Amino acid sequence: MRTVSAPARKLEHGRVGESVLRVDAIPKVTGEFAYSSDLFAAGMLWGHTLRSPHAHAEIESIDISEAVSMPGVHAVLTHEDVPGKKLYGLEFADQPVLAINRVRYFGEPVALVAAEHPEQARRAAEKIQVQYQPLEPVVDPERALEQEDLHPERPTEEAGYFNDPRSNVVRTIVIRHGDPDAEGEVSVSGVYELGIQDQAFLGPESGLAVPDGEGGVDVYVATQWLHVDRAQVAPCLDLRPEQVRIHLAGVGGAFGGREDLSMQIHGALLALHTGRPIKIVYTREESFVGHVHRHPARIWMEHRANHDGKLVNVRVRILLDGGAYASSTTAVTSNASSFAQGPYAVANALVETTSVYTNNPPCGAMRGFGAVQVCFAHEAQMDKLAAELALDPVDLRLRNAIAQGDILPNGQRITGSLPVAEVIRRCAALPVPEPEALPRDAIRLPGGAGNVTRGEGVKRGTGFAVGFKNICYSHGFDDYCAARVRLFADASGELGAEVHCAAAEVGQGVTNVILQVARTELELENITLAPHQTATVDSAGSASASRMTWMASGAVQTACRAAREELESRGGSLASGDEVDVERVYRHPQTWPLDPETGQVQGERAHVAFVCSAMKAVVEVDTELGLTRVVWIGTAQDIGRAVNPQAVYGQIEGGTAQGLGLALMEEIQTRDGLITNASFTDYLIPTALDMPPVDAVLVEEPDPDAPYGAKGVGEPPTVVATAAVVAALRDATGLELTRAPVRPDHLAGLTA
Amino acid sequence: MDVLTPRTLDEALRLRSEHPDAWPIDGGTDVLVELNFDRARPPALLNLSEIRELKGWSRENGTLRLGAGLTYTQCRQDLRDVLPALAEASRTVGSPQIQNRGTLGGNLGTSSPAGDSLPPLLVEGAEVELASVRGERRVPLEEFLVGPKRNAMLANELIVAVRVSPSGARQTFMKVGPRNAMVIAVASLALSADRERGELRAAYGSAGPVPKLVTAPLAERASFAERVAEAAQPIDDVRGTAVYRRHALRVLTTRALERCAA
Repeated sequence: MRTVSAPARKLEHGRVGESVLRVDAIPKVTGEFAYSSDLFAAGMLWGHTLRSPHAHAEIESIDISEAVSMPGVHAVLTHEDVPGKKLYGLEFADQPVLAINRVRYFGEPVALVAAEHPEQARRAAEKIQVQYQPLEPVVDPERALEQEDLHPERPTEEAGYFNDPRSNVVRTIVIRHGDPDAEGEVSVSGVYELGIQDQAFLGPESGLAVPDGEGGVDVYVATQWLHVDRAQVAPCLDLRPEQVRIHLAGVGGAFGGREDLSMQIHGALLALHTGRPIKIVYTREESFVGHVHRHPARIWMEHRANHDGKLVNVRVRILLDGGAYASSTTAVTSNASSFAQGPYAVANALVETTSVYTNNPPCGAMRGFGAVQVCFAHEAQMDKLAAELALDPVDLRLRNAIAQGDILPNGQRITGSLPVAEVIRRCAALPVPEPEALPRDAIRLPGGAGNVTRGEGVKRGTGFAVGFKNICYSHGFDDYCAARVRLFADASGELGAEVHCAAAEVGQGVTNVILQVARTELELENITLAPHQTATVDSAGSASASRMTWMASGAVQTACRAAREELESRGGSLASGDEVDVERVYRHPQTWPLDPETGQVQGERAHVAFVCSAMKAVVEVDTELGLTRVVWIGTAQDIGRAVNPQAVYGQIEGGTAQGLGLALMEEIQTRDGLITNASFTDYLIPTALDMPPVDAVLVEEPDPDAPYGAKGVGEPPTVVATAAVVAALRDATGLELTRAPVRPDHLAGLTA
Repeated sequence: MDVLTPRTLDEALRLRSEHPDAWPIDGGTDVLVELNFDRARPPALLNLSEIRELKGWSRENGTLRLGAGLTYTQCRQDLRDVLPALAEASRTVGSPQIQNRGTLGGNLGTSSPAGDSLPPLLVEGAEVELASVRGERRVPLEEFLVGPKRNAMLANELIVAVRVSPSGARQTFMKVGPRNAMVIAVASLALSADRERGELRAAYGSAGPVPKLVTAPLAERASFAERVAEAAQPIDDVRGTAVYRRHALRVLTTRALERCAA
């Protein structure tokens, strides 16, 4: 037996706080990275999903007899073939695995086919005879409150929420703060509207389900939370949790759209039914109905203030369209309520938020999660108020900026870091580039490659926006993250470590975060991250709510420290063949739910912590054609502490692009509940020509509760970008522009 | 699905007459989208990308003969001086990758109301050269385009080339879309001011069932924007409204006149 001492190689690089190249950077750029759509297993069959062409219909009958006899077909399944629970859902089990007697949205899964070739599966699906009796779709969220209940069993009713008797309510929150009738010396109000934004990830929903021959199944899938997938999949298959093993496959973008299940249960059903591995890859068109979207919103706001600019009372009414199933609508509702007044201190407030079921596309999690919609509204209001009071809009925001010790309308006192005034000041101080001289190449003008202007009709505008949101799950949710660390002596006798954490790498860079934390804590170079899976480590929670850096850092730090203690208790070295293997769970500070009547938090915190961001946008608008070039964006973002600064800048740019997209072009269009632009030809996302350079300032004020003081960074840029860009459009055009995305005909003044 | 790949034009024409249901394909930038979205399942594809006779362009007396396989990238690079509006239009097509693959013949074959090369070719009075095993014929582009995604090509014919006698007139192309690159036109316009003939010539895209030519004497410049807007027959769809399209044509024509007839 040989004894080794640790560590043999001195750690040179890659600690917390250093810019580190993403571990998947080169394979992704060179096209070698294996995404979930690249999976392959010997003998696999292809699964295909038959979907509803109606937004709302009764299913009178389903006849699969012709389909099962088609060439290459191994299975055709309907809801009758679901062996366990027939319903599932992220928070409320209100969604059928396969439609039962009724479909509630366009694209709802009705039946499954497994065949040897995907084309055979598609052709067989066409031969499934489904007799529909179309019903009037519920498509106007305001009318939904009076129309027939789409879910008469009211699945969210017993969850401890405000009891709202109106039809189709998913959740209503009423927050009363101070004197909700308090008057100010001036008042401004407005109604704001946002369309449905899609995550538009490039990797379509896809995965591989492999039967284990003993009744269980392994599912390889692009997802955001492995363990919550298992918790939904196993009951529907009538299996014990350990019989279902979820493995993370290469994720081609998520942005919230992979929180809900897509092909997981379907693939597993087909795999268990046929005894063969099943691969399912959605087409692009299918992907638009294969995941939830950002909630479209109608928001009324009234801001009452005094002549000195101090906010007196903010009154808000928000209506969110949740679509056909609950998904995470209840949590989006609470987020929209929490952040409705913006990052401002206000003594009085009344916030009423209602989300409803309709037959529109289901909505759920998307980057910004309720905060994007309200930021668009509250920042428009702050500009309106500044104009009313003849105050500088930045000064007005500074005058009202919330700070430590202030109380939110839900009763929570701000305790951790929240440098709102600092991000406002730092962002406002960023120098705006001078206008470029004319003539210019068309691609540096509004309309870009379209060559429509040489400067005619072009006006410049600047907009400013501030926003904030929570980090981690809120309102009493038992939010935790596990990590497991193995220390061992490797073949050359050197001390090595293997880290297990089920945190989903969705492109946000958590893999690097985990490795940087482990290197920092273990002072080791030789560290590997084991594949993400449910079988070898407990839950990491979701790659959502800008929480994964915070939570994974906490878990890996705790587990690494426990491993080091264990190593030290053994004399600081390991014999070859020996190992240390510890798993630890990290929990963030506790949160409490809101009182269903008053909307006040029932304990110290409703949210764990907050993060804020300020953004300034410069646009040029061709005011005659209504086309826009965003010239420049400057931003100051509160990040606590940058674990990997290079990755932080990347997140800020990506998040900004997504918010810019909602401002200018990204909208799922529907007619009577049917999606009319399910393609990247007609659902437009910004190209490199649409995205300006971003000057980002990182405001590092470590959060006392966060491991290393590091907050999440993924959502804040998206929260503020839509508001900032539209504010700049207003400045350029003088138009009110109360709806996002702003269409060219709005900007050209052709439609209100 | 069969893929037929002739190496010569004669072989292609023979295959075309034997397999009239086969879809001609060259760069594939339209056809593959149709197939990927499962909008059509043609029994076969007739792959024209290996036929040398369709490539490139040539000059015959005063006339340019643009091969059906001429890519947008080639139009952009080679035709900037002789057919500037076509070169500008080629720059607006998709992305550089699409411009490398997509061809003039494909744009004509698809005959989309939004086909970017069509308005500049209309303005220049282009003729489409069609061929079959029975022989050749030429059809003015105006007559070739008969409806949305419909044209005068017969089931046994292939588009071989486009013939244009460059006017030398000042001309431009403009395309409106809600994104600054990679968009299908919400409205487009090619315009030339032909001083020799004393004529203003404009053609719009995405504002009617087919791209359409509108002409007027140079002297009627003042009313020309209105005339183009009135000639259009736009509709409301997911990409834009009829009102916006008509408005955009008015603005584009006014600006194009500034560029070409100032």
